[in-house]
Amino acid sequence: MRIVIENGRLFDPANKLDAKQDLFIADGKIVSVKKKPDGFESDIQINAKDKIVLPGLVDLCARLREPGFKHKGTFLTESLAASSSGITSICCPPDTNPVIDTPAVVEFIYQRSREAGRANIYPLGALTHGLNGEQLAEMYILKQAGCIGVSNALSPIDNAEILRRAFEYAHSCDLTVFLYAEDNALKNNGTAHEGAISTRLGLPAIPESAETVAISRAILLAEQTGVRLHFCRISSARGVSLIEAAQKQGLPVTADVGICNLHLTDMDIADYNSDCHLQPPLRSERDRAGLIAGLNDGTISAVCSDHQPHDVDAKATPFSLTEPGASTIEHLLPLMLHLVNRKELKLEKAISLLTSQPANILAIDKGTLKEGKAADICILDTETSISVDKAKLLSKGKNSPFKGWELQGAVTHTLLNGKIVFDRNDR
Amino acid sequence: MTGNIIQLDNNGNLKHFLSTEGLSQSLLLSILDHAESFASVGERHVKKVPLLRGKTIANLFFEPSTRTRTTFELAAKRLSADILNLNISTSATSKGETLSDTLHTLEAMHCDMFVVRHANSGAAHYIATQVAPHISVINAGDGSHAHPTQAMLDMFTIRRHKQDFTKLKVAIVGDILHSRVARSEIHALNTLGVLETRIVAPHTLIPAGVEDLGVHVYHDMDAGLEDVDVVMMLRLQKERMRGALLPSEQEYFQRYGLTSERLAKAKPDAIVMHPGPINRGVEIDSSVADGEHSVILQQVSHGIAVRMAVMAMTMGRHSDDIGESK
Repeated sequence: MRIVIENGRLFDPANKLDAKQDLFIADGKIVSVKKKPDGFESDIQINAKDKIVLPGLVDLCARLREPGFKHKGTFLTESLAASSSGITSICCPPDTNPVIDTPAVVEFIYQRSREAGRANIYPLGALTHGLNGEQLAEMYILKQAGCIGVSNALSPIDNAEILRRAFEYAHSCDLTVFLYAEDNALKNNGTAHEGAISTRLGLPAIPESAETVAISRAILLAEQTGVRLHFCRISSARGVSLIEAAQKQGLPVTADVGICNLHLTDMDIADYNSDCHLQPPLRSERDRAGLIAGLNDGTISAVCSDHQPHDVDAKATPFSLTEPGASTIEHLLPLMLHLVNRKELKLEKAISLLTSQPANILAIDKGTLKEGKAADICILDTETSISVDKAKLLSKGKNSPFKGWELQGAVTHTLLNGKIVFDRNDR
Repeated sequence: MTGNIIQLDNNGNLKHFLSTEGLSQSLLLSILDHAESFASVGERHVKKVPLLRGKTIANLFFEPSTRTRTTFELAAKRLSADILNLNISTSATSKGETLSDTLHTLEAMHCDMFVVRHANSGAAHYIATQVAPHISVINAGDGSHAHPTQAMLDMFTIRRHKQDFTKLKVAIVGDILHSRVARSEIHALNTLGVLETRIVAPHTLIPAGVEDLGVHVYHDMDAGLEDVDVVMMLRLQKERMRGALLPSEQEYFQRYGLTSERLAKAKPDAIVMHPGPINRGVEIDSSVADGEHSVILQQVSHGIAVRMAVMAMTMGRHSDDIGESK
C-alpha cells in the first residue's frame, strides 16, 4: 500500500521540520518527506491542505482495562478512542486483573492489541509481585516477554528497603522504573487536595507532602542505586522543584504529568463532581502553574492522557466512594492545543511533549516523521472544533471532566504502520 | 458556592436543605422565624399541626444516630407526616444494593422527603441530584461536610439569648477537622453577621486553609475564649480519633477542656453550647455542662422546632398556615 499525504504542513519538532511538503508512505514506512521518490505511484491520496501532519502521538499512560475490567473498557473501544486523538503508541501500566506480573498476561495483552490493531501497545511490568509492595516481580522474565519497563502503577511501596532493592534489581535488568510517587500514610485515604476546598467540602485530604515525601525518598534511593527513574503523574509544584534539583545533580530522572492536572484544579470539584475525583488529585492553581512551568523549562518531559475509563456505577455514589480517574484519551491532543491557544505552551513544545519526548522516555523508535521510520502519523485540522459531549465519546468510559468544553482542533486521519486506522469522515 | 443552586427552587424558596453555606441571611432568618412559631407547638396540650398530613418522610440513616433521628421523627410527627425509619447501614447496602437502587425503591413507595445521614461528605448533595423533582432532601449530617439543622438550632438558641448577632464574638472549640457541625455553624454565623468567629483547637484538629471560611484560629484556649459571648463546644469524636491526632484525652482536657476557670475568660453572660452527646471530663467539665451558663438542654428542644420549620419550608408549607388548618 502506497499513500501520499499532500499539501499538508509537516510538523516534527524533533527533526526541526516545519514545512509545506508532501509525505510519501510505502510498505508501512515513511519513504520521503521531501520530493516524490522515483517511480512512486500512490494507491491512496490524502489531501492535507490547511492541515498539520504530525508524528503519531505516544501516550505514556492509558488504561485500556483489559484484562479484568472489560465493563470499563476494551482494547477495541479504547484504542479506537485513542486513534481519534492521533495516538498510535500507548504505554499501559500493570494494574490490570490479573496484574502484569507473568509472561502470560504480557502475551495476552500483545495478542489483544494485535487483534484491535489500532495502536502499538507497550506494557509495563509490575515492580513487585501482584503490586503488593513486598516481593520483587520477575522483572527479567517480564522484560523477555516484552515489558518495556517496570512500575508500581498506583500501588504504594511502603517499605523503603523493598523500594531500594526493587530499584537495584531493575537497574541490573537495565529497566527504567516508572514510579507513581505517593506516600500511603500521608495520603491517609484522602480523596481531594488538602486545602481550603477540601476543608470546605469536608473531604478527606491528601497533603502535598504525600507526593513530595515520596519523591524525595525515591530520588535518594535512585541516587544510591543508579536506577533510571521516571516519575509518573506529578501533581504538585514542589514536586517539580525536587525533580529539577535531582536532574541538575545529574541523576537519570525524568517525569510526566497527566493532562487533567494541566487544565483543572481542586476548584473544579465544585459541588462534588466525581469526574474530578482523580489520582493524583487535582491540586491548587499554584500547582497547576508550577506544572506548566515544569513543562516549559524541561523538567517534565512528557504529557500523558492518564486515561482511566470507568463504568457508570463507579462514579454514581458520593464523591469519596467513587473510583478515581478520568476518561481523557480522545481529547489529549485538543487539550494540549488548548494550552497553546492560551499561550501557556508553544506549539513546538506541546507536540514534543506528546511525541518524541515520551518516545525517548520509553526508548522506542517512535514519535518522529523521519524517513525510514514506521509511518505512524496523525493529521490535524486546527480549524475544526469539537465539543466534549457524553453521547459522542468513543471510549466506554463517559467520565470526562471536560464535558461541555469546546476544543479547537480535530484529528482527521490517523495512520499506524502506513495503514489508516482512523478517518473522521467515516464517522 | 456549594449548595445554593441546588438548594433553592426557581422562585428562590428552599427546596432541599443540604448546607448553611450559600443561603442568604434572610433565608436563614426566615428558618429561625418559622422555628419560633413552631416552638410553641411542643408546649401545647395537643402537640400536633396538620401541615404535612398525608406526606411521607423517610429517615435514611446510613450512619447510626439516635438523637438526631429521634428529633427528626418527632418533628415529622408534630407536622402530622407519616415517617419511615430506615437504617440502611444494616439493610440494603450490606446486601450489595447500590445507593441509586435504594433511592429508586423508596421513590416507588411515594416518599415525599428524604432525611439523610451518611458517613461520606457530599452524600446528601448527591442524593438531591438523583431524586425525582417532587422529593425534598434534608441533610442530617454528611461526613465532615455539613449538619445544617444542628447549626440552625444552635443559631436559634443563640438568638433566644442574645438577640443581635452582629455584636457577638463566638468561639467554637474542639475537633474542627472532622466536624460537620463546626463547618455549618461557621457558615451560618458569618452569614448572620457575627462580629467574629473563632476556632480553638490544637494544630492537628484544624483543617488546612480553614481561615478561608472566615474564622480566626486560636491554639490557646484562654486567648480564644477571651471576651466571647458564645462558647460552642464540639464533641471529641473518639471513633474518629487516631493515634497521631492527640496524645490522650487527659492531655486534651488539660489544654482544651471547658472548666469554670476557663469560662471566666469569656463575657460574664456568655452561654455554653454543645451539640451532644457530651463527653464529661474530656471536652467539658460537669460543673460547666450543668452550670448556669449552659444552654445544652435547650438546644435539644429547639432542635425539634427548627427541624419542623425546615421540613415545612422545603415542602412549601409555612408556619402562617397553622392558623387556617386548625
